[in-house]
Amino acid sequence: MWAFIKQREGLWLFFRSPAVMIAAIVALIIGFCALFAPWIAPIDPYDLASFSLMDGLLPPVWEEFGNERFLLGTDDQGRDMISSILYGARLSLIIGISAMAIATVLGVGLGLAAGYFGGRFDAIVMRIADIQLALPAILTALLIDGIARGLLPNDMQQDLRVIVLTLAIALSLWVNFARTARASTFVQMNKEYVQAAVMQGQHPLRVMFVHILPNILGPLLVIMTVDLASAILLEATLSFLGIGLPADSPSLGTLIRIGMQFLLSGEWWILWMPTLFLVALVVSINVLGDFLRDVFNPRLR
Amino acid sequence: MLRVENLTVKFPSRFGDVTAVEDMSLAIKPGEIHGLVGESGAGKSTVGAAIIGLLQKPGYVAAGTLKLGDTDLRKLDRFAAHQLRGKRISMIFQDPQTSLNPLMRIEDQLVETILSHEDIPLKDAQKRAVDLLEEMGIENAAARMQSYPHQFSGGMRQRVVIALALCTNPELIIADEPTTALDVAVQSQVLELIRRLADNRKIGFMLITHDIGVIAQIADAVTVMRHGKLIENGATAQVLGQPKHPYTQQLMAAVPPLDRKIARFAVPDDEDGLKATSGDAAERWLLAGEKEAPIGLRLEKITVAFPGTRTSLWRKPDPFTALDDVTFDVRPGTVMGIVGESGSGKSTLAKTLTGLIKPTSGTMVLGDAPLPGGKARSRHHPSRQLIQMVFQDPFSSLNSRHKIGAILAEPLWLYGLVTDKDARRTLCAEMLNLVGMAPEAIDKYPHQFSGGQRQRIAVARALLARPKVLICDEPTSALDVSIQAQLLNLLKDLQAAFGLTVIFISHNLSVVRQMADDVVVLRGGRIQEYGASEQIYAQPQADYTKRLLELTPVMPQEWQGQQLSL
Repeated sequence: MWAFIKQREGLWLFFRSPAVMIAAIVALIIGFCALFAPWIAPIDPYDLASFSLMDGLLPPVWEEFGNERFLLGTDDQGRDMISSILYGARLSLIIGISAMAIATVLGVGLGLAAGYFGGRFDAIVMRIADIQLALPAILTALLIDGIARGLLPNDMQQDLRVIVLTLAIALSLWVNFARTARASTFVQMNKEYVQAAVMQGQHPLRVMFVHILPNILGPLLVIMTVDLASAILLEATLSFLGIGLPADSPSLGTLIRIGMQFLLSGEWWILWMPTLFLVALVVSINVLGDFLRDVFNPRLR
Repeated sequence: MLRVENLTVKFPSRFGDVTAVEDMSLAIKPGEIHGLVGESGAGKSTVGAAIIGLLQKPGYVAAGTLKLGDTDLRKLDRFAAHQLRGKRISMIFQDPQTSLNPLMRIEDQLVETILSHEDIPLKDAQKRAVDLLEEMGIENAAARMQSYPHQFSGGMRQRVVIALALCTNPELIIADEPTTALDVAVQSQVLELIRRLADNRKIGFMLITHDIGVIAQIADAVTVMRHGKLIENGATAQVLGQPKHPYTQQLMAAVPPLDRKIARFAVPDDEDGLKATSGDAAERWLLAGEKEAPIGLRLEKITVAFPGTRTSLWRKPDPFTALDDVTFDVRPGTVMGIVGESGSGKSTLAKTLTGLIKPTSGTMVLGDAPLPGGKARSRHHPSRQLIQMVFQDPFSSLNSRHKIGAILAEPLWLYGLVTDKDARRTLCAEMLNLVGMAPEAIDKYPHQFSGGQRQRIAVARALLARPKVLICDEPTSALDVSIQAQLLNLLKDLQAAFGLTVIFISHNLSVVRQMADDVVVLRGGRIQEYGASEQIYAQPQADYTKRLLELTPVMPQEWQGQQLSL
């Protein structure tokens, strides 16, 4: 086993850095709990019958008046915090991952093509990217939200909130992918194996996706992890500001917004529990991203 | 003066300590130029770094004595070692582009170095800097000193680097491949300068290089290294003229001579198993495609101009002409050699032929059909198959994420030569055999092979397209001499067996002489001379060709004569 690990540089580095191992474990646990929230969480926070107002505003167990039924306490409605957080994290992760996936496909596709064809196409794509960068993500989200409100009938709007939010986040993240993919493609274009493929008369799509793409995966993978963390944060920000998800299907950001109201009245756990959870998730994903960058870019080591 | 005894250098890694240099001994006297030769990975540079105390972390000196005069270099602490570096030992690096600080004037760099080792007034330091540059052969030094490094040419910059190494009057200068990045004409000037400094100032030089021609030209003594071990050392004439060790003999036999063409290099069976084995099926398959006669290639008045740098927003920039009115004829089934220094347009020529660059004017003819250039050549044009290329850098010409099998099968699949998947695989394995590699390579990735092996794979890939014309752009310049000899033998064999028309591009006159039937000498995009190879080498007409031939470092003929009789 150890001999196998020694063969692989990435694994070797992984098992020698405790911070990265802890981050990986934290991220795995959070991911697992969020994925299986319906089976793990004590109650269903969306089901009004599963909790009661009588249990409202209970502190965590270790505080005075704590109740062992609610390990991290309850909110004003009597909802168990653990359940809210797990369901919220589930939504946050789903939105974050799908936004990242959409941004990857869009950004890498455009960036690869811009790097490969160069010239006018490259200039147009990159100017669009520049404009996108100048627009704050919140503005993009408001724009898409507004368009969706104008176009869609009222009853569909609530159902489509998640999709609107995902699209808004994806649109503000694709630029990173496009820029990285384009820069890496430029480097690869000067490599002789690409010239050999072009010279042989291979189809441009084949050159791009079969030859160049596997060689630029390293930096893209790093961006993917780092941007996953940004996507989750962005979702939290938007929900916190009230542009994102409504209070009846709360994500982590919505939970934090709701918790704000109780901060000054002494019920600190309603704000702090989801916040700490979010910090743990984002920090561990970022640590993993940094680690991946070190593995793929030996010069930084 | 410098004594190295039983030096062992180790690098700890996750697989345990790797011994880079083992039991190495050498001595350098004042005024002596001591050549250190060996192929890549032999540990030459590591020896130099150990002496000057700049071993890359985490490498360390495990055993041995390093003495400069009476100073024990291993016993010095960090500060004493820092004092000694530059003061008593200096270093000249390979690439003059990167060894000077681009943001500092030459004067500041020289004065800074002088003042950091000696407590003298600024005026005196400046005076010494001017004197040094003048001694290096830089005219009008006082004025030139105010320039930045990018305002000097490559050769001039290397002179500045040498001046920088000299400005504290060191006893020993370690020169790590000082002329490898330079053209022959500049190389000979720099070598002359080094010789003069050794004679006049009695500085000891340790000249690290892979080029035996350079060693033969100026070194007093030679040490041959291989795999971190000492192979043979002694006076140059003795080591190169009457080599005792079989490895030195092999090395000498692999050096291509400039003054005559030899049929084959005497290549011993290598330990890596790179013997030319038979790939009968692949040979038959290739020959089956050779029913038609070999075809030639004509270039008529080819001019390639690139847009230059824009100096004004309103005016169109002046174009930069990379190839100017180039006309020549490659006879069917022969080897055309194209020589020139860097910037002569050799690679532009190759890219124009393969359709990567569009010529501004002129026509190309392949066989009887016109050959469109640049984007005008469609992806399905027959020349895409008929012209194949072997690139310069074996480390970037194979896609590192693809297995060898996939790389080799690509042309077969692309041109519809073999439609059955299993048949493609068998043929690729056979082709690997033909170029002298084990067929098991098919399931490995490029990074598992050495440069020479990769270049063989690149040749195999080119052949699998069943080409008529093979373009080789500096195919051996990234390889060691012994590997170069093997590859040149392979190319010769293949060319003879399949009647290929080959365009062989190189900056190395000796290599081109071994390969080419006809030669084109390029300079600044213009043809200086064009004709039969033997004639050009025997009686060059153009002044430029004469000068190139004169300046290329060669070994005395009697040393080589010895080798051929082996």
